[in-house]
Amino acid sequence: MTTDNTPSPDTTDRNEPGPLLPILGQSSTRRTVLKTAGAALGLAAFGEALSPLLVIPENVSVDEFLQQHYKELSEDDKKKVFARLEEETRERYGADVTITDPKPIPGVRFGYAINVSKCNGNGKCMEACNKENNHHRGVDQSYIRVLEMTKGSLDMEHGSTTFDHMVPQEDKFYLPVQCQQCENPPCVSACPIEATWQEADGIVVVDYNWCIGCRYCEAACPYHARRFNWEPPEIPAEEVNPSQGYLSNRIRPQGAMEKCHFCLHRTREGRAPACQEACPTGARVFGDLNDPDSDINYILKNKRVFVLKEELGTRPNFFYFFD
Amino acid sequence: MVRGFRPRNGRRRMMAGWRVFIVLLLLAAVFAGVTAAMQSRNDLRNAPVAVSVKEPTGTPSSTAPVSGRFAVTIRKPAGPPRVVTALKDAHAGSVTVACSTCHATRPSDHRNKTVKTLDEFHGGMAFSHGTVSCLSCHNPADYDSLQLADGSRVEFTDVMTLCGQCHGPQMRDYQHGAHGGLNGYWDLTRGPQQKNNCVDCHNPHAPQFPRMQPTFKPRDRFLEQSRSQH
Repeated sequence: MTTDNTPSPDTTDRNEPGPLLPILGQSSTRRTVLKTAGAALGLAAFGEALSPLLVIPENVSVDEFLQQHYKELSEDDKKKVFARLEEETRERYGADVTITDPKPIPGVRFGYAINVSKCNGNGKCMEACNKENNHHRGVDQSYIRVLEMTKGSLDMEHGSTTFDHMVPQEDKFYLPVQCQQCENPPCVSACPIEATWQEADGIVVVDYNWCIGCRYCEAACPYHARRFNWEPPEIPAEEVNPSQGYLSNRIRPQGAMEKCHFCLHRTREGRAPACQEACPTGARVFGDLNDPDSDINYILKNKRVFVLKEELGTRPNFFYFFD
Repeated sequence: MVRGFRPRNGRRRMMAGWRVFIVLLLLAAVFAGVTAAMQSRNDLRNAPVAVSVKEPTGTPSSTAPVSGRFAVTIRKPAGPPRVVTALKDAHAGSVTVACSTCHATRPSDHRNKTVKTLDEFHGGMAFSHGTVSCLSCHNPADYDSLQLADGSRVEFTDVMTLCGQCHGPQMRDYQHGAHGGLNGYWDLTRGPQQKNNCVDCHNPHAPQFPRMQPTFKPRDRFLEQSRSQH
């Protein structure tokens, strides 16, 4: 900033006191012009740097805006953040909830398999997901889509999600698709800000508060497994699931991406995922890939197993099988 | 009884009788052990199984927890089915009768293979279960129980033993969690698990899983009609 009001060498003949703003009274020499321009630029840059604070959306608190990435939060920070989120949920939804962040169980790697011979397309898994994971009721959101497929093809791009008739139909089979928890997840590579990553048990998670909503991950996912919160989720207070995980089923903010997280708030405590419990046909099998005696390993050893879009090299931890 | 009066050989005979009794007792114990072992082999879960064969009706069976592991509980049918009659009791509830109420006084007719030839009861029942006949599963000696293919009695609560005779692959998959689904914990070191039995999902007379009407549909944005007509 130009605070220097000593006369420049080429204006030494002017002895009257300077005006209130020193640069105004000075003749426009190259030096003063440069100084002025520099000061203006500096001010502008400073203002621009602070400007995001002025445009924090109405529904975002300053604390939320300044919150660090989940991985950089200390336990103390987490306590504060979770308390703040619980308070916000109370204010906006009128529901008392508890937010935790269960850690991966050491040595466990989750796998999921669906029996395509059993699945009849009834959609109870989608409904259970909607309720368990505090999805937006306005669009009946769910992490799962059950595709109705014509027998003879495994091309999921030709599946229909809008069928509305008695199931199963003779010439169709049904393919529930959700996040495949890839070993090599394209969505994680696509994220410009590392708001999504893979955890030690194979679950790909999202820090909903770090996400900027660019939707690159949605475009990168070959399984159409990621969802965007176009609207703030609407959930009646009595339907809010109060048992919430920071990286899983807590109510997501508008503008954040979300995806299936294998119900990590349940599965990391040893419980079955909600979609598995809801399946009336028993088509879903969940378990620990690292345990040789697990149900999921029985499937992998004994059934005809395939993965979706194997040729892409995403290496899903989600399997389909016939029997 | 007068002591001196008993002849010596009589006393010996009595001793022999005791020995026979003890041998019989031992044999019975061995037999019980063998049947128990077979029973546990027949049972449904890979974890060691409680040996008690008959449990009170309605209580689910559960595998005895291995040290440090929680139990897997398999739901059990409530017992022999009861037939609802048109009569009402004092509380306006339907009067139900046991199968044996009628069947105990009627000789069983092995010529009835399907529902079609029944002219008095069970006529309207949907039946579609391969070529098995009524008495393939129902026990003509006691209609409040079932029978296995070898004619031995099995209770309604143990119906899975009956189904498993023919549906081996399903039974095998069931034991490995690949059939039938579950509730509770995938990790038995952290909590218990509950599983259905065969007839929870399959009507034994028409076992094919029923067709369903989907009731829940997410409404995806890309499926909406375009708001602007371009």
